[in-house]
Amino acid sequence: MTARHTLAVVDYGSGNLRSVWQAACHAALDSDWNVVLTHDAQVIEQASRVILPGQGAMADCMRELRESGMLEPVLRAAASKPLFGVCVGMQMLLEHSEEGDTPSLGLIGGQVKRFQLEGRLQADGSRYKIPQMGWNRVTRPDSRPEHAMWRGIPDGSWYYFVHSYYAELTDQSHCVGETEYGAPFACAIARDNLFATQFHPEKSADQGIALYRNFLSWNP
Amino acid sequence: MLAKRIIPCLDVTGGRVVKGVNFVELRDAGDPVEIAARYNEQGADELTFLDITATSDGRDLILPIIESVASQVFIPLTVGGGVRTVADVRRLLNAGADKTSFNSAAIANPDVISEASGKYGSQCIVVAIDAKRRSVEAEQVLDAQGQPVGPGWNVFSHGGRKDTGLDVLQWAKDMAQRGAGELLLTSMDKDGTKSGFDLELTRAVSDSVSVPVIASGGVGTLEHMADGITKGGADAVLAASIFHFGTFTVAQTKQYMAERGIAVRL
Repeated sequence: MTARHTLAVVDYGSGNLRSVWQAACHAALDSDWNVVLTHDAQVIEQASRVILPGQGAMADCMRELRESGMLEPVLRAAASKPLFGVCVGMQMLLEHSEEGDTPSLGLIGGQVKRFQLEGRLQADGSRYKIPQMGWNRVTRPDSRPEHAMWRGIPDGSWYYFVHSYYAELTDQSHCVGETEYGAPFACAIARDNLFATQFHPEKSADQGIALYRNFLSWNP
Repeated sequence: MLAKRIIPCLDVTGGRVVKGVNFVELRDAGDPVEIAARYNEQGADELTFLDITATSDGRDLILPIIESVASQVFIPLTVGGGVRTVADVRRLLNAGADKTSFNSAAIANPDVISEASGKYGSQCIVVAIDAKRRSVEAEQVLDAQGQPVGPGWNVFSHGGRKDTGLDVLQWAKDMAQRGAGELLLTSMDKDGTKSGFDLELTRAVSDSVSVPVIASGGVGTLEHMADGITKGGADAVLAASIFHFGTFTVAQTKQYMAERGIAVRL
């Protein structure tokens, strides 16, 4: 099959980029998409869609994005084509993170804050652990029509999370998926051609692959 | 609500996944990707690969296994056994592992945990603790204040052969503080007995740290798995033989846990 479109996974040294790339490749099986892992600005420029992974400390991710020369291509992609941010790749789209007091890309209004759950107990009496590590349900805000990226994915599906910081949006209309850990928070956010998740679709088995597959056909 | 996790553990040696019978007879358990895919279909929340290879020559043989599993099975993968350096972490992450588990190397050089978590994030650094209840003699050992240490558990290294003299609860706190994102706690007293987790130990560690704790060692029944969570306060339970030998499937385990009111991903 001839590959007619390119999905670029931005390689700026983030820890989860191979996993993201492999899962995206799996999602693109039997499609006319070519998934590339790249740190070539021109490839990102020419790609039809872009995934921005991210894992580890926010300040390191921002610095590596800048030093790798990927910042400008990512900003141009975010201005013009579908872009999917994952984990710290989602957090970077917001304005600022408490983690290392780091200014971020400011593409979606909001702050990244640390969970304050020390000493609090979960519903079953066990204490809240940080990071939130494991599978949690993602529900859609009922106040708005469902975001197109959820096509074919049941509401309340389980996704894999690993994080100590979460997004606090300025404008709640950018929240397209919520989960609860101590309190409900936005774990899937979207604005125009941008979509991003705090959880890891690449580690969330079938429903994660489904989300990447939807990204290939999403028309924002 | 965050689900409690069920983690099958697979032993790897010489590039093969094996199932051991009391660590003596090692039988080939089949193709790693097939096994991983089967556990994934049953609803396993993560998979742990334990490299039981004794020599460093054989150690790299786990990399192609992780690579092939990671390209086909999209759930978190942890690798333990013989992880010693920050460079080991990098190689395993590059091969597709999501987490790496330190044991003896963390005891020999606790700084490796701070370095590895500083470089790759605490989400990918697990510290495995082999715990054994202190003997009556060990309880008499004097602590820094000159007082007998009393009842509790000591940390063992080198596959459980060497008593480090470290107190498990202190060690757990120290490791979490240095950046371990998770603790894999194995009771050596219970391991292989099929009489259930050491619930007192599990509870004590879980209550001492703010990072997730995986309980391991001693599972024989579904009730044991559930008790690890409800009574031991574990965030996840790991088991090997009951899954390998088909005593129970992961799906049966989760069904049972759900009936007991435990939040699981079904």
